[in-house]
Amino acid sequence: MNTAVSVDPAKIASVKEFAHSSPLMTCRFDPTGAYVLAGSQDRLVIRWNLESAAKTTFEAHESWVQALAFAPDGRTVLSGGCDGKLIWWNATDQKPKPIRSIAAHHPWVRSIAVSPDGKLAATSGTDKLVKIWSIEDGKLVHEISGHAKDVYRVLFDSKGAFLFSADLKGLVKRWEAATWKHLADLDAAKLYHYDQGQGVDFGGVRDLAISPDGALIACSGLIEASNPLGAVHTPAIVLLDGKTGKEKLLERPKEDIKGSMWSVRFHPDGFLLAGSGGGSGGLLFTFKPDQVNETYKFTLPNMLYDVDLHPDGKRIASAHYDGKLRLSAFAPVKTT
Amino acid sequence: MRCTYSCGSAEHVLSRRSFLGGTAALLGGAVAGVPGFSPFALADSLEKKRKQILVVYLAGGSSQLETWDPKPKTETGGPFGAIETSVPGIMISELLPRTAKLMHLMALVRGVNTHAAAVDDHGKGDYLMHTGRAQAPGQEYPRLGAVASKFLGKETDALPGYIHIAPGHGGLGRNESAFLGPRHAPLYLGNGQAPANTLRDPAITDPADQSRQAFRCMLNDRFAKRRRSAETEAYTSTYEQAAKLMRERDVFDISKEHAADRFRYGDFDFGRHCLLARRLLEAGATYVQCVHSNYDTHNENFAFHLEQVGEFDQGFSALLEDLHVRGRLEHTLVIVMSEFGRTPHINFYQGRDHWCKAWSIALAGCGIKKGIALGKTNAKGTEVVDHEVTGGHLFHTYLNAVGLDPAGGFEVDGRPIQIAEPTATSIKELLA
Repeated sequence: MNTAVSVDPAKIASVKEFAHSSPLMTCRFDPTGAYVLAGSQDRLVIRWNLESAAKTTFEAHESWVQALAFAPDGRTVLSGGCDGKLIWWNATDQKPKPIRSIAAHHPWVRSIAVSPDGKLAATSGTDKLVKIWSIEDGKLVHEISGHAKDVYRVLFDSKGAFLFSADLKGLVKRWEAATWKHLADLDAAKLYHYDQGQGVDFGGVRDLAISPDGALIACSGLIEASNPLGAVHTPAIVLLDGKTGKEKLLERPKEDIKGSMWSVRFHPDGFLLAGSGGGSGGLLFTFKPDQVNETYKFTLPNMLYDVDLHPDGKRIASAHYDGKLRLSAFAPVKTT
Repeated sequence: MRCTYSCGSAEHVLSRRSFLGGTAALLGGAVAGVPGFSPFALADSLEKKRKQILVVYLAGGSSQLETWDPKPKTETGGPFGAIETSVPGIMISELLPRTAKLMHLMALVRGVNTHAAAVDDHGKGDYLMHTGRAQAPGQEYPRLGAVASKFLGKETDALPGYIHIAPGHGGLGRNESAFLGPRHAPLYLGNGQAPANTLRDPAITDPADQSRQAFRCMLNDRFAKRRRSAETEAYTSTYEQAAKLMRERDVFDISKEHAADRFRYGDFDFGRHCLLARRLLEAGATYVQCVHSNYDTHNENFAFHLEQVGEFDQGFSALLEDLHVRGRLEHTLVIVMSEFGRTPHINFYQGRDHWCKAWSIALAGCGIKKGIALGKTNAKGTEVVDHEVTGGHLFHTYLNAVGLDPAGGFEVDGRPIQIAEPTATSIKELLA
């Protein structure tokens, strides 16, 4: 990722669409920036070449594919699905075949994160567990328990010193990556809601991002869940202090927007990029880390479930209900 | 202690066959069993094997695709797979691994279509599935629990004939017994708690209690000689029922059960409520309804069903297995139903909406064939393609299964009313 990109966070435009016939649950750019991959409800991993738009499918999952993560060299990509499988692939193969398939969680793999050195993969699942795998041979290195609910996200910090895991109740746990010792519990419970009338737990940390300097941890999700089963809630981000774990700011749209903030990324320029999907459709937001409301809101044509930022810091991929992978781009900052 | 006028006189006893005009009955008139129109035509030996009913109600409309009629790897099937059951050829959702092992005790009904009664609406669907009739303005029919209370319950029962274990505070404020009157209305156990005020104030001694009871009965008797009415009958009946409940209070206390059982049923509300249901049935309750909430998953259907159906699977399978092992299933009808199913189409919230055209229920126990799946939907689950049934058929079948004649009935203001919807019939393929 470039460290000084200088894009305009207040200007986003649509660039391109890639079509698929089934809803797309997740998307990731490869580290070289040549491809974008998506996971779909029809059990596929789909790769598009950003230049040629050539489409390649990876077939092995038995259910929806909702997690993807690349090794830093871009050659290995891991996919996780609602079949509980974690599958290794060569990302650039013309006719991709699984290198390895492991029953990782039951029943769902929720998220995958690869350590910055490319040696380890962390996964989380609906079984309330976090598991650490060797990328090289697929062996289980460590298993972490301690979450009381579905673990939505795992993420390594940029130096690989810590692993963060975040759950449905808005609890973020910090683990020491060398020992897997539990270091701290961070509180993003504002994103959790128990609805007494409906009898359901709802919300939680749907995505995590850490600022490049480690000073901030962004937890995305939703607040004001007045009707969880009816999708009446507001997308939001809880910003935590990276050192103390204390909440610094709750960020939310300034208008009456309904949805969940499914994804959040720190842009190298220092602002936050977030993707929301829900009653108000698919939206991209940019937030400054010290302001409650967004800098900019960009409306996409369809409900989205995931967003990723290209390594060039300029392009944005979004995975949509209508099966489209949409590319958008920041406008560059004008120089005089 | 009982008051003389309501305890022994054939004229005064509130018999299950006798009149009881409910103050809230919309039809408002006198109700009587009609000679030659008795629901007991099929029930000569009811007293030998006491018939009971357990309804597990998945409130909000559970998804047939995530329970009894999975369509894995299809456009509408969602992320979950299907698993084998104890009956070769019958597969159900992977979310039901424990229940799958008991399928040889159960019957699935996969061709439910309640569209004709326009029941994509919670209230209308709930009404249809509990009364077997489409809801219509100005008419109110008794729900299955009230019917069971009237025709299967006994005057001497310590427990009310219709017990409803509800999540939350309980109590829905509906006229569930209709013209059968308040005697057959549900006793709500909000969040599985014992009825309120059933513990006598410890400051009142036994002699003091007996004395005040005697005084109350004396006043009641004197009043009844001049002004006896259905309301006073209901009052007295309710009072006596409350007195019985106070004596039987322990039946509501699941802490009396073994810790291993509490663990097996699940450390969550529905598991505890299932254990309470077992306790109530074993104490002789006629009809117990156990509600699991909430399945109205327009949003994130799959994540919610993952959690909810998991709870259902644990609590329900433990209860069904216990009823079977303890020999109660042969005289207990078990019904698992909702007000409707959920759309095969997956909406953009990853949810499913209300759907009444092709959905499923499950049955087990008394009078029901074992190990069958009746009815079929098409590959995407959008239409019933074999053995289509509606709420009326099911209601008839429930009555038949417990030995009641669905063609039997009541007389309300001199007008005979059939217990079950006259145009429907029982589903013979389900009856043992």
